[in-house]
Amino acid sequence: MLKYTVKRVLLAVVTVFIISAITFFAMNAIPGGPFAKEKAPDPAVQAALEARFNLDKPVHQQFFIYLRNLLHGDFGVSLKTGRDISQIISEKFAVSAKLGGMAALWAVVLGLILGSVAALCRNRWPDRLIIFLTTLFVSVPSFILATILLLVFALTLKWVGVFDANNPNYVLPVISLMLYPMSYITRLTKSSMLDVLGQDYIRTARAKGVRDSLVIFKHALRNALIPVITYVGPMVAYILTGSMVVETVFTIGGLGTEFVRSINNQDYPLIMATTIFLAVLMVIATLLSDLVYKLVDPRITFD
Amino acid sequence: MNEPLLQVKNLCTSFNVDSGEVRAVNGISFNLDKGKVLGIVGESGSGKSVTAYSIMRILVEPGRITGGQILFNGEDIVKYSEKQMRQFRGKRVSIIFQDPMTSLNPVYTIGNQLREAILLHTDRNREQANARAMEMLQLVGVNEPEKRLKQYPHELSGGMRQRVMIAMALACEPDILIADEPTTALDVTIQAQILELMQSLQKKMGMAIIMITHDLGVIADMCDEIIVMYAGRICERGTADEIFYNPRHEYTKGLLRSIPRLETGHARLIPIAGSPVDLTNMPKGCAFASRCDNCMKICLSEQPEELDINDFHKASCWMNVKQVYDEAAAEKEAESK
Repeated sequence: MLKYTVKRVLLAVVTVFIISAITFFAMNAIPGGPFAKEKAPDPAVQAALEARFNLDKPVHQQFFIYLRNLLHGDFGVSLKTGRDISQIISEKFAVSAKLGGMAALWAVVLGLILGSVAALCRNRWPDRLIIFLTTLFVSVPSFILATILLLVFALTLKWVGVFDANNPNYVLPVISLMLYPMSYITRLTKSSMLDVLGQDYIRTARAKGVRDSLVIFKHALRNALIPVITYVGPMVAYILTGSMVVETVFTIGGLGTEFVRSINNQDYPLIMATTIFLAVLMVIATLLSDLVYKLVDPRITFD
Repeated sequence: MNEPLLQVKNLCTSFNVDSGEVRAVNGISFNLDKGKVLGIVGESGSGKSVTAYSIMRILVEPGRITGGQILFNGEDIVKYSEKQMRQFRGKRVSIIFQDPMTSLNPVYTIGNQLREAILLHTDRNREQANARAMEMLQLVGVNEPEKRLKQYPHELSGGMRQRVMIAMALACEPDILIADEPTTALDVTIQAQILELMQSLQKKMGMAIIMITHDLGVIADMCDEIIVMYAGRICERGTADEIFYNPRHEYTKGLLRSIPRLETGHARLIPIAGSPVDLTNMPKGCAFASRCDNCMKICLSEQPEELDINDFHKASCWMNVKQVYDEAAAEKEAESK
């Protein structure tokens, strides 16, 4: 287990390195640059800026300089605002993580419950209702869902304010962020639950006189979790790093917005930092979900 | 005479599927006395397992009991509530299944699964339940029981797992153990061990056993009574000796011809021709008629009644009626001469 974890961590470092290399060269291959404006600045100023941020050097050299700084824990500063990037990320991530954490938690809890209910009431009305709604939530894009939520609950019913910078209300953003993964988990849980409920050991449990609710939650659910875990790991990483769409609709400044803005501005260090941050989170999430497999199913071995 | 422990009266179990109603069990009746061993034999789809699941009431959708009674100590369990049923299953009647490889939950330890049954049906606390689980494992011949309790099903062999299943089924000292093809999925040598184990446990604990199998050889020297099922009906019943040496139903005769025997040397086995009947569309007469070598006109139009062959033997075959007529005719002829 320890050996496996160490091996996976080393592999993760390689993965992150490859991702950052691809990103670095790809973004440099795009025409234009952080200081390219419609109104051309003084060539001397331009040259000075480029020299200041090593942009005048060949790209591969820039990459090594970037890596060296990174190893010293220096993400650099934003070329747009001049702010320290680690500060930007920690500030924005706090917002996105709070939003995403709540959304991920609700998505998993509700998804598992709804999926189990749908499996148990197979082909009866609760199942049909759940499957109808989850299909709807999976297919409708989040900007439409978010807009409708805002329209109904903030403007028509006036249950929550549209926007309050000092005391932001997270209910609607969490719901709109949660609906897609929740629906996906519901459908995964249902199909894997149906598979498990047909297994011989479920019959054994019933024949022992175990009550139905315990058959479901003790004997079936744990076996049905494996496909759900596979999905939940990366989902959590995505959702934690924020959704540009939801953040924009609800005017919440999070990491998702920052990510998109950095690309629009060709703010090289910020693009790199947000990408690497997402990559690291993703790699950790995948590793964690692989380790959780072992907790759920003792048959899984790592060697 | 005492009341039988279990009385099944005219039990009917059906599965409603798209193509119609599958009458898996079609009006069967039998009794089981305390401490006796009853064998139920028949080919796949004859309704053996469905009979067992009906007694446990663990049929899965869309199966349900459509008629008849199942009396346990005189009480009809078909009328039991789900709550009463939970106290009945595992406590009064236990079951072991065909495939020990898939019948244990892969994500819980052997100990956990054994304790679960014990904690459900007895007043023992966790520690006592653990002790009981260990005692049961010893009883069914699992070595190193303490270690096994902490192991998961996938760490045990098939034979070991079936022993664990037996230990689990017997942990609460049920009155009846139903064994649904307990040896079918095992190696031949392990099969013999498991059967021997069941026999010795039956002597020790005194429970009644319903032994379900498609292999007549398996139950030959174990059963007090044997029931032969075909297409959801009982076609013949009697003591093991009667069934083996004096079969009186064409289907039973066919079954016996398909068992390899040492004394006949290398003679070819004779299979029963044809395939089982379509349970959604049962014939009017005898269900076996279409595969029977000695089929008569009446077999196609009328179902044979169950007839006493002797005190220990009953069969439902028109051949027996014919025999009575033939004998009477022969007698008459002899008289007239």
